[in-house]
Formats: sequence, C-alpha cells, structure tokens
Amino acid sequence: MQERLMTLQEEAVEKIEHASSLKELQDIRVEYLGKKGPITEVLRGMGKLPAEERPKMGQLANEVREVITTKVDSKQEKLEREELDRQLSNETIDVTLPGRPIRQGNAHPLTAVIEEIEDLFIGMGFSIAEGPEVETDYYNFEALNLPKNHPARDMQDSFFITEDLLLRTQTSPVQARTMEKHEGKGPVKIISPGKVYRRDTDDATHSHQFMQIEGLLVDKNIRMSDLKGTLTLFAQKLFGEEREIRLRPSFFPFTEPSVEVDVSCFKCNGAGCSICKRTGWIEILGAGMVHPNVLEMAGFDSKEYTGFAFGMGPERIAMLKFGIDDIRHFYTNDLRFLEQFKRA
Amino acid sequence: MLVSYNWLKEYVDLDGIQPDELADRITKSGIEVEGVESLSQGISGVVVGHVEKCEQHPNADKLNVCQVKIGEGEPVQIICGAPNVGTGQKVPVATVGAVLPGNFKIKKAKLRGEVSNGMICSLEELGVDVKMVPKEFADGIYVMKEDAEVGKNALSYLNLDDHILELGLTPNRADCLNMIGVAYETAAVFERKLTLPKPSLNENNESASDCISVKVDDFGDNPYYGAKVIRNIKVGPSPEWMQSRLISAGIRPINNVVDITNYVLLEYGQPLHAFDYDRFGSKEVLIRRAEAGEEIRTLDDEMRKLEAHHLVITNGMKPVAVAGVMGGAYSEVSDETTTILLEAAYFNPSIVRQASKDLGLRSESSTRFEKGIDRNRVYEAANRAAELMAEIAGGEVLEGIVEAGPRFVDPEKVIVRGERANKVLGTNIETKEIHEILERLRFSYEHENDEITVEVPARRPDITLEEDLIEEIGRIYGYDKIPATLPEGATTTGGLTPSQMKRRKVRRYLESVGLYQALTYSLTTKKKANAYHGLATEEEPAFISVSMPMSEERAVLRRTILPQLLEVVQYNQNRQLNDVAVYEIGSTYLTDERNLEKLPNEHQKLAAAFSGLWHFHPWQQEKKPVDFYVVKGVLDGLFKKLGVSERIEFQQVKREGFHPGRTAIVLLDGKQIGVIGQLHPADQKEWDIKETYLFELDLDIVFDIDVEPVVYSALPRYPSISRDIALILEQDVSAGEVQSGIKAAGGELLKEVSIFDLYEGEHMDEGKKSVAYSLTYYNPEKTLTDDDVEKVHSKVLGYVKEKFNATMRG
Repeated sequence: MQERLMTLQEEAVEKIEHASSLKELQDIRVEYLGKKGPITEVLRGMGKLPAEERPKMGQLANEVREVITTKVDSKQEKLEREELDRQLSNETIDVTLPGRPIRQGNAHPLTAVIEEIEDLFIGMGFSIAEGPEVETDYYNFEALNLPKNHPARDMQDSFFITEDLLLRTQTSPVQARTMEKHEGKGPVKIISPGKVYRRDTDDATHSHQFMQIEGLLVDKNIRMSDLKGTLTLFAQKLFGEEREIRLRPSFFPFTEPSVEVDVSCFKCNGAGCSICKRTGWIEILGAGMVHPNVLEMAGFDSKEYTGFAFGMGPERIAMLKFGIDDIRHFYTNDLRFLEQFKRA
Repeated sequence: MLVSYNWLKEYVDLDGIQPDELADRITKSGIEVEGVESLSQGISGVVVGHVEKCEQHPNADKLNVCQVKIGEGEPVQIICGAPNVGTGQKVPVATVGAVLPGNFKIKKAKLRGEVSNGMICSLEELGVDVKMVPKEFADGIYVMKEDAEVGKNALSYLNLDDHILELGLTPNRADCLNMIGVAYETAAVFERKLTLPKPSLNENNESASDCISVKVDDFGDNPYYGAKVIRNIKVGPSPEWMQSRLISAGIRPINNVVDITNYVLLEYGQPLHAFDYDRFGSKEVLIRRAEAGEEIRTLDDEMRKLEAHHLVITNGMKPVAVAGVMGGAYSEVSDETTTILLEAAYFNPSIVRQASKDLGLRSESSTRFEKGIDRNRVYEAANRAAELMAEIAGGEVLEGIVEAGPRFVDPEKVIVRGERANKVLGTNIETKEIHEILERLRFSYEHENDEITVEVPARRPDITLEEDLIEEIGRIYGYDKIPATLPEGATTTGGLTPSQMKRRKVRRYLESVGLYQALTYSLTTKKKANAYHGLATEEEPAFISVSMPMSEERAVLRRTILPQLLEVVQYNQNRQLNDVAVYEIGSTYLTDERNLEKLPNEHQKLAAAFSGLWHFHPWQQEKKPVDFYVVKGVLDGLFKKLGVSERIEFQQVKREGFHPGRTAIVLLDGKQIGVIGQLHPADQKEWDIKETYLFELDLDIVFDIDVEPVVYSALPRYPSISRDIALILEQDVSAGEVQSGIKAAGGELLKEVSIFDLYEGEHMDEGKKSVAYSLTYYNPEKTLTDDDVEKVHSKVLGYVKEKFNATMRG
C-alpha cells in the first residue's frame, strides 16, 4: 500500500511537471485529488489494514496528497503567470506615438515681463497702482512739473481728445494721483504698470501704443543712493546676479536730479557686443529724485519728504531678454509668436 | 548740437584728451554724446597740389590734362573733368595709393589714352555732405587758399582732420547749444583751463545812435534789444576756417555777413540778424506785437499772415522780421549791401515758440530762443559779430550800441546746503569738495553758516532751486561714487489688491485651459468701435475720438475688445493658423457725454475669441471643433474659480453681429455682465474667417462683488440615492430652466441635478424634445430610505409636469 502511494506520487509529480496548460493541470488535479481519484481509493481501502498500521498509512496518504496539491498549486501559479505574460505581450503599444494633447495657452510676453517686475517690487514692499488711460492735462503734464508751453512737452507728442483730455503719454499721472490720495503722509511705495500712447508711426522700434512700468517711493530720508541700491537689486534679479548699474545724468521735468540707468550687458558681461552696441552697457531705465514741485503739488512737504521714481519700457526689456527684433510683434498676436513664451 | 573737437580746443585745454575720452566723460557727467564722427572718414594720401599746367585733353572735350606738383619731385599728370580746374590753383590731390571715404582706393589709370596719376578732389569726394558744399564749389573741385603748402596733408587745410561730437541735449541744457557753453561744461568736467573769446573793437567816430533809434513796446516780450551799425562791408565768401567750422556744425556757408551771424550763433548761442541798413526803410527800429492779419514776406519768399500774439521787428511802419523766427525778404543782405544793421536781442521764449509753431518755421535761431539763451551774453555777442565783420568783411564799426532794455541782469541767487545735498544724494561730500565743484562750474558763491549762496550765471537758466544745484554737485562729483543703499524707514507689506489678485487668477485659469493672451490696440476705426458693443442704439454714446488721428485705422477709442480679437483670428487664419483661442484683458472706453468733459468710463473687460478646432488628436480619431458649449464650459469653469457660479445665469438673446439663435447674455445676481455667442455667419463671411465664438465680460463688476470665503463642508457620511427621469418637453422650454425648477422643487434633500441626455428628432413628436435628468438625494443626518426619497421625488415630478407641461418618457 505504501508502495502504491509512492508510485502515485511519482506519477502525479511527473505529469504535473509536464502539464503545459491550465486545462491539463486541472485534469491532473481532478485525476489525483478528486473524490474518485486513486488516493481517495487508497484511503478507502485502509479498512482492511490492521488497526495499528492505519494511522501511519493515513498519515502517509495525507502527505502524498499534500505534496501533489502543492505541486499543482505552484504549477498553476506558474502557468497563470505565463498566460498573463502572453496576454500582456499582445497588449504592447507603440510608446513613441504622440500623447493626447492637453490644451495650454500662456501669457503675453509683455505681461510675463510686467508680472516678474511687479513681483520683484512686491517683495520689497511695493503695491501696484493703476489709473485711467484717458487723462487730464493736469495729471499727465502739469502735476508732473510740465506746465503748458514747457519745452519738454515736445519730447512726447500726444494724442489729445479735447483741449484738456488726452491719452496718457506716461504712467506717471498714476504717481501724482496716488500721492494726492496719501494726503501728504508717507510712505508711498508703488509700481504702476500700464498702457501709454504717443504720436509715433509704428515701425520696428516705435509703437503708438506701448507699455510702461514706473516705480515711486516717497518717504522721509529717501536718498539717491537708495535709488541706486534698489535698481541694482532690480537689475540683478531681472538680468542676473552679475549685473551692475551705472547712473548717467539726464533730464526729466518730474525728477531732479534725473538719471538714465544703464545695466551692464548681460550678453557680453561688458566686453562689448551687438546688443550693447559695443559699449558694454544697455540703457534700461530713466529715474531720479522726485522734483520738489511734484511733491508739493501732490500735497507733500518737500522739506520733510524726498522720494525716488523710475520708469522703464517692458517692450524694450522683453526685446532684450528674448532677443525680439520688432516691436510690432507684440501687437500682431501671431500665434507662432505668442506660443514661444510658455516658459516666460 | 554738433561740436568740432578742433574748435573746442581753442577754448579749453584738451591736451591729452582724445575725442573718444572726451565723449565718454562728458556723457557720464551729463551731456549725452550720441556719436563721434571722424571727418576724415579714413581718408589717407590726400595732399595739397599746385596745378602748374592745365590743357584740354586731346581726345575728350570735357577732360583736362593737368600737370600737378605734389611735392619735391617732378609734377605728375592728372586727368581732371571738373569745369573749374585751372592753372595756378592749389587743390586737394588724392595721390596714387590714396584712400577716400567708402574705402575707395586711388590707382594709376589711363583715361582716353592719357595717364592719370591720382585725382583732384571735390569736397563731396572728400566726404563732405553735398548740402554743405559752398555754391562756388558745388559742381567742381575744391580750390584752396594760395598759402596752402604744396605736398602737405590737405586734410588739416580743409579742417577734415577733425572729429565731430554729436550732443543729444535734454531740454534743460540749452546752454550747450553753443561752443562757449560746451567749453564751460568741458572745462568743469576735466578741470581744465578755459580761454574764451574777448571781442575787441576799433570803432570809428560816427555814432550808431545817429543812424538808428530803438524802441521796444513791451519789455516783457523783448527784455533787451541792441543794434549796431557797420559800414563799408564788402559782401563775399568768408574765409576757409570759418566755412569749414560752419560745415562741421551742419551749416552751409553763404557769404561773409550771413556766415558771421551763423558763426556767432554757434559760438555764443546768440541768434543775430543782419539787415541791409539802406533798405531798412527808416532810421527807427520799433519792436511791437503784430496786428492781426498783418503780412510779411519772409526770407524764404513766402507771404506770411501774422496774428496779434506774434512779435515783430518793424521800421516804425511795417514788419521787417518776425522776432526770433525769420527776417523779411526786403531788407535781406545781398551782394550789394554795404551797411549792416545788426540786431542782437533777447526775446521772450514762449512768444518765439508760439510764433515758430504757428508759422511752421523752426530754425537754429528760434530753437535757441525757445530753449533760453544767455541773457547776459547778448551784448558781447553783438560786439563779437561786429569784430568779425571788421576783420573779415572789411567793415567799419560805428561807435556804440543802440539799446532798449538793461544790457545785463543780476544773476539769480540760489542757496544750497551741503548737508541737504549729502542727504538727498546719500553721500558724504566734504564742504571743500563742494566749493571745488562750484569753482569748476565757474559759479560764484558765498558760504556763510551752513548755507552756500550761489550766483547762478545767466547761461544756466535751468538752475533755480536747491535741487538743481544738488544735481550739479552730484554729477560733477560723479554718480559712480554714490553708494548703493536700500531705503530705511517703516516696512510696508505691499502686494496686490483683491481685484488685481482676481485678475491674475482669471489669467492663469484661461491660460491653463488653453487660451493665449493677446494684446491689441485701444485705438481703432469708427466702424469697429461701432460693432459688437451691444449698446442699445437709442442711447448710443458719442465716439471718443483723438483730435488729430494719425490714420483712420487709429481714430477712436474702442468700446469693446471683440473686433480687435476678430482681427487676431483673421490675421492667424490668413496664415493657415486655423485653430485660434485667444483672450485679452483690457480697457474699453465709454461716455454718455456728447462733448467730452469728464474722464470717460474705462471698463476693464475680458474678451475671448475661439475658432477652428478646440481639440485635435488625429491618430486616435479625436476631433472637436469649437462650439457654443466649449466656450460656455470655459466660462463655467471661470465662474467656479471666482466663486460665483451659483449666481450666474445665461439668457438667450438676439444681438447685432451675433448668431440669432446661439447667443446669450450673462447675468450675475441678475445684473448683465457680458455676452457669449457665435459670430453672425454674415459677419463671419465679411471677416473671411471660420466659424467663430466670442465672449466678453465686464471684469470690474465681477471683481467688485463680495464672494463668500471658502468653508469646508463635511464629507457625506450616509449613502445618497439617485433617480433618473426623462422628460418630454416643448422645444422652446429651456433645459436649464427645468433644471432650476427641479432644484427648487426638490428642497433640501435634493443635492444635485444634472442633465445626462438630450434627444430630439426621430420618434419624437413635432416640436418636442426629451431631456434626461439625474437627481441625487442626500440627507446629511441619516441614511435615506426609499420612502423618504419617494415623497420628495413625486413632488418634484408633479411640479415639473404642471409647471413645464412635461410628460415622463418611456
């Protein structure tokens, strides 16, 4: 009987090993472990054995059954995995085919530049001030120390709507308006971005409508050295840590002293290249100390308060930063142009 | 202002300072040098030659064969085609191997069989602007003075070994519109010695006041008028040195008298006028306002009609010049002139400015008067001109100057405090250094206690305040020496306003769902400003037009951004970029005034245009053209982002320019905030674009309303129960209306109503449609039973049947 069990086990193991499909394996399971299988049969015949042998035989029979079961199970797992592998292999796709496009637009490059500058100054405690694009002569000129007949009015030929109303030629009227609202109490710390208009014929470097972003800080004890420090930080954040700035005397009616601010060329580091016209410097901003007349007109005591102001053109900065060669691109809205600024 | 380096050298010691360094330092301390031009333009090998023989070319009518001595050796043969070449002339010769402007190399050549060893040059060939060439040499070679030394470099004789600095002057620095002013500036910047001209006159015994009298009506218009008389003038060409200086400054030499007035203009910045005394018409100069309609024929031979606010120089009867702008034709200096009446005056800048603007005449003189000349240099300039007239035009200067108004005025006094200067600049400049700077600027001063009282010379009318002096101190001290500091004082938080934050949110959202931001012009055509704005026609406001538009295209302010975005669609689709989804945030401008007096209403609008495909993924056969619901979906998402979606309503409307069946106004809390719809197919055809959808919202209204803050609501703890219903509705009952109706009827337990199917067409009765809704019931307190739901659900069904005349389907 013992012999018979061992033979059965050998036989079964052999068959299991050769089984090549799940169906075949299932047949083997039924054949050996089923109710009508040989092991069951052996166990049934145990009644004929002497009583002392029965437990030993029973145990052996169970062991054989166990071995076969384990073998079948593990074979089944193996076959199932093979089956799955086969199936998955048939599901192979071409991973080089393009993905389902996700729509994604982006900001206009000028907005990108303006926001970057806004955020930079917000970090230094500035707020964003905005104002009307149709302005009065008073805020656009007179409050900025440009009385009627002032020769500097020639510098910016304007789009007048009526005798007194015009499209603003600069965002500085926002400064005058904001200062007025402060009723003579500092600090005033604002950045004012926006559209401005001048009578220029549109070409590669001129646009009758363009953007401007200006800054103003009025407080007690504001010095020109603070202007230099603030703009140095600005230049370094916008154009790289290595940047230096240079102040050159200039003239604006609303600041005194007035300066033009050059930034060391970010392309050639001052060695001289086509971007900086071989000077090593790029003119980026106009700035200065707020003219006492401007402070007084806006209700600030110029003996107590001083301030600095600066202004720049986002178009110029974007053109420098991205290497854009024609200002008209900003207003044509060619999708092939716009989509280039996803990362900006 | 064009400044000759060689000329400047006459006033300032420029030893060891090259033109480039001069330009660089002057720029850094305040006067921008926009360019430095070398007049020689790379010329080499041009020498003074002497034409020893000049004969007709045997084989060419228009050519001459010249034997020209160009140095020690034998004369060389040069063929010359200029009509004015002749024996005995001293001429500039480009020898063989010479280089002329434009890298033009002179080689030995044969012309019609005759050898030519070089070229006799015209000024134009030597790089002089053709407009500047004196008339007598305009069509030929340049003939030099007889004392030119044969064989020497011709450039120095022609003053072409010079450099010209082009100054870009800001309006406040009119003091540098003349050589003396530039000399002051240069001397201050470089701390160099300054040597200025000191006119000395040999006047005869005849008194000028016997020949002329001067009367000024109003010293406000004309604070000073001086007249000198010079007799026995011989009008002719001015000397070479003067001609070349005028040429280098961009002024064409005319004759010695005119050249002298121009020369003094350049040197002193003082506009002068020379009248022909014998044709002046009287012995009296009267300066007065013109009478309205009074006429004068000016030097350019134009008849000019004057107005009452113009200032004129008259001979007591009629105008002989428009003050500071232009002289009259009749009393103009001519070749026959022998006696000069020389005017040196100071006219009110704004009167000159207005007249030059009205008459459309801008000249070297008028710009200087407008920007302010040196009040205290007028008298000296008159003497300088008289001196030159005696020197180079053989004139005899009559004794004295006939004047009206004070010859000099006291200089303005401005106080500057060293402490204040350092406080404004952020520097520690010592008092001693401030004194030195003022001395370099040649400003006299007195220092008492903490105050430095500066006598500002009249040549610097731009300096009137302490800050102006602080600027002078700062720029001469050097802005590069100012330290970089950061502002001290109270910290401020800064940041964006709620509306600015919302605007950024809107932008981020739109960009993240696939729209590109466009930026268009605010000025447009009347036609475009009058379309798509949705304003009721009876209350249509006036256009806001610019008074002098540069073109019809940019004549009025936009009332809506939509036409501009349609232009963007058109531009791109014309370039085969068919799939367009763009938005713009910007102002529109409206007014209810017929004649604009107040500022118009600037509304911050958000507009978008969609055309072509919204989604395209070809190899998986996915393709979704833009339709109304794509655009509405974008808006739905936007309103969710802004927290107002529950308060938004879409109402079908008909609107000019839009598809009559596919357009809605958008309402927020029942107030109209915008429009969404398909561009009318007729308009679409006119624009020549593909099917296009648009929306425009008034962001100011949307941003202004208060929105509930975000509050977490508990996650559901009990299961919800869904019931679907399909309703057969009349075609004209809107699905949204029914949806709201169901929602309202369902009360608190009805958590959500969504539309999941729409069926129209076959198997439906005419004029009917089927809309399927999914209703989700939920009670946050307990698990709902079927009975609970049934009670509410049947109420809902009853309501929709009655209210919308709906029947249940299937």
